[in-house]
Amino acid sequence: MKLTNTLSRSLIAGSLLLGAQQVMAQDTIKVGVLHSLSGTMAISETTLKDTMLMLVEQQNAKGGLLGKQLEAVVVDPASDWPLFAEKARELIENEGVAATFGCWTSVSRKSVLPVFEELNGLLFYPVQYEGEESSKNVFYTGAAPNQQAIPAVDYLMNDLEVERWVLAGTDYVYPRTTNKILEAYLLAKGVAAEDIMINYTPFGHSDWQSIVSDIKTFGSAGKKTAVVSTINGDANVPFYKELGNQGISAEDIPVVAFSVGEEELSGIDTGPLVGHLAAWNYFMSVESEENDAFIADWKAFIGDDARVTNDPMEAHVIGFNMWVKAVEAAGTTDVDPVIDAMIGIEVPNMTGGTAKMLPNHHLTKPVLIGEIQDDGQFEVVWSTDAEVPGDAWSDFLPGSKDVVSDWTGELTGGTPCGNYNTVTGTCSGQNYE
Amino acid sequence: MPAFFFHAVAAFLLLAIITIAATPLAAAQDAGASDPFYEQAKTLVDASLKDRRGIVEQLAASDDPRLIPLLRHLLEGDLYYSKEDGELLVVDGDTDAVTSWLTDEAVEIGKSDRKKITTNNQLRGLLRDLIARLQLTNDDATVRYNAVRQLLGEEDDDTTETIRELIASEDDRETRELMQVVLDFERLSKEEQVEDDLFQRLSRRLEPEVKNKLTAYAESASPAMASNAADALEKIDARVRFYGHIETIFFGLSLGSVLVLAAIGLAITFGVMGVINMAHGELIMLGAYTTWVIQQWMPSNVGAALLLSIPAAFLVAGFVGVLIERLVIRYLYGRPLETLLATFGISLILQQAVRTIFSPLNRSVVSPSWMSGTLEINSVLALTNNRLVIIGFCLAVFALLSLVMQRTRLGLEVRAVSQNRPMARAMGIRSERVDMLTFGLGSGVAGIAGVALSQLTNVGPNLGQGYIIDSFMVVVFGGVGNLWGTLVSGFTLGIANKFLEPWSGSVLAKILILVFIILFIQKRPRGLFPQKGRAVEA
Repeated sequence: MKLTNTLSRSLIAGSLLLGAQQVMAQDTIKVGVLHSLSGTMAISETTLKDTMLMLVEQQNAKGGLLGKQLEAVVVDPASDWPLFAEKARELIENEGVAATFGCWTSVSRKSVLPVFEELNGLLFYPVQYEGEESSKNVFYTGAAPNQQAIPAVDYLMNDLEVERWVLAGTDYVYPRTTNKILEAYLLAKGVAAEDIMINYTPFGHSDWQSIVSDIKTFGSAGKKTAVVSTINGDANVPFYKELGNQGISAEDIPVVAFSVGEEELSGIDTGPLVGHLAAWNYFMSVESEENDAFIADWKAFIGDDARVTNDPMEAHVIGFNMWVKAVEAAGTTDVDPVIDAMIGIEVPNMTGGTAKMLPNHHLTKPVLIGEIQDDGQFEVVWSTDAEVPGDAWSDFLPGSKDVVSDWTGELTGGTPCGNYNTVTGTCSGQNYE
Repeated sequence: MPAFFFHAVAAFLLLAIITIAATPLAAAQDAGASDPFYEQAKTLVDASLKDRRGIVEQLAASDDPRLIPLLRHLLEGDLYYSKEDGELLVVDGDTDAVTSWLTDEAVEIGKSDRKKITTNNQLRGLLRDLIARLQLTNDDATVRYNAVRQLLGEEDDDTTETIRELIASEDDRETRELMQVVLDFERLSKEEQVEDDLFQRLSRRLEPEVKNKLTAYAESASPAMASNAADALEKIDARVRFYGHIETIFFGLSLGSVLVLAAIGLAITFGVMGVINMAHGELIMLGAYTTWVIQQWMPSNVGAALLLSIPAAFLVAGFVGVLIERLVIRYLYGRPLETLLATFGISLILQQAVRTIFSPLNRSVVSPSWMSGTLEINSVLALTNNRLVIIGFCLAVFALLSLVMQRTRLGLEVRAVSQNRPMARAMGIRSERVDMLTFGLGSGVAGIAGVALSQLTNVGPNLGQGYIIDSFMVVVFGGVGNLWGTLVSGFTLGIANKFLEPWSGSVLAKILILVFIILFIQKRPRGLFPQKGRAVEA
């Protein structure tokens, strides 16, 4: 008798506690921040964590969301790809986050993808990537190859009259896929195979002497030559230093980079780099009201006047604003209604235009080409007239040119599908193999 | 008569009045309206990047003496304008001093009130060509040579004509020869028959433009002429290949010097003491950060800061090394596995500490001017100055370290302890103290390597990780316990890597080198220069 009494009492107490916890959880909406704060990628990802904290703080100052305060849950996956999946599971299962903003490298995104699909989570991925993916549970707020690489090549070809191409990249999935797309694109444009040089280097490569010397030789064949660089992360600094030291100026052989932004430049002596190019969808130097306000807020938040802003930060701002709008439209933070509400949502971007979420979970973005200036900023020398819609499946790869993604089901035979082959009329799951 | 006199006086007076009135008017015009060159230069301010090219071309047609300086300022990004009145300003890149372009007087103006007149690649290319064309008659022979060099391959009829007039009076031999190339080019494009002399002359040139010109010519000319051109091309190619090999050797030496620098501290701690120090890379990183900190203290004196960083980095890294030895390693002597794990932990702690103190972002260390640029031997062989300096620095560090090990009491004690610890102790050597100092010395040298690496690569928390495996590789290959072995193996691996890289790619080259070392160690487990004698433990 006594035992059952105690048991029932503790049961009641337990359920009360649980209830209290639920009430507590109801008070805030949790937002997961899944960026490495230690390890190799901390250099890039820490800034995005700070951006998210700032956005959450600003939203709370505006009165929160659906009458509740937002709470950022920050975890550190420590640049360790399997740990990304574990931390993602922790965020969704234990913390019950309404949405997660995170990842930088493609391999970390691939690592968390099964988790988000299994637990029906919501991920905003803010970095330019190689495409060939469209998941129901992921919104890609960075650029797809047709929003960065292809327009950059067009610019070099048409405006700078480049005829010889060096595709230099770090040896992993993003450069390999991007270069495959670019090579197919260049060949289709009538560039001879011997006018394309492809070079891969290991992660963190630091001795660029022979490669830069090869590029110099390759570029001295009398035709205008340019380097399209998908070199990632830390390897860029020694690469640019070697270019400067071997006297390759941007007028002779311009380098257009897809992974070098304001933040990376803040760690380099930019003197010898003036005139080299980068293609992004946002530059800190773009003059617009939204951008001025954003830069001012960021500097105030971080407490450092010298800090810069960059493209993935803008992607997070757009992604966050879209999510807020979608939650307000759906009236709930439940994943499925929010995913449906996301499509078609428009928010202003930082370059004076509008970003729209497309049915393939990619954004419309303007493409800007900037030249590096000696103060570490970019001067925009070219931009697309209008926003370019992101294409998940490249039209230039034989395997993916017939594939489309549409999460409303309009283009994909009624059923929403991220990988629909328009020729065979089949949907082969979310991942293209 | 009086009437005439009156008229004359009146005319004189009138003239005087006009002159008086006109003088200030003319002066006013000088400062503004009647200076068409300045007016035209000012239109650069509001023009788009595309229009600026047109304006620059128009400006270049003028013979105003201020033309070359103006183009130079524009090219170097020193030309600004005042947002208030659109006046042109010149900002000194180093001192940030602002002067008015028109009057050359100092101007007080805030950073936010002025804006740079920006240029892009096409405009800068145009500026370089225009400046080169104007400098063909410069007094300095080097400037003239560079001007001809810049124009080579981009010469038009006007330039060729100018060069034809100038060549007779050119007294610098090299410039004259280069000018001759320009004239030869013209003949190749315009004449059907050219004599052998011309090909002989061109076959001695190494400029890539010559090669391109001859290649294009060989494709279009009559068979007889084409074979002449092909002969010349072959001669050029042979020489280019020769210099290519020299360049590869230089690249190998330079990679080798980096490897030696990174490994030589480890050669002492691992080679001599037998401690597997996984935090070695982080000691290198500390040296690099020391360089950055010192450069922050004296930003205007980059070169001196770098020199000062050498002893400072030695002390900082050496001090941290002594701490590691005193607090951790001395309890773990003779237990290599535990040492390995403990020092690996220390390396993570040091990395995260740097991330917390300095932020995870890379720091930019500026290179002094004497370390940038190249030593140009000829058109196809140019040695970069920073690499030359680092090769020299590496040899100096090695010589100094050998001297310490061979000629000082500390070196003697270190060698004694490493060869036979109980015997050395029996002879009265305080082996604990020697251990501490040796570890400090090895760590300090790692710090010095960090100073050199700060000139080549990122100064960031991950700096050390990239070098730890290479360092162990060099030490093991060279033979544990032997400084000479480290030197030879570092340079060998560097040169081998650079000869492999062109045909295997850098990813595969790295793998091949590792495979080679594994096989080599199977055959000769003690490396290139094994320690010999009874003292060597089995």
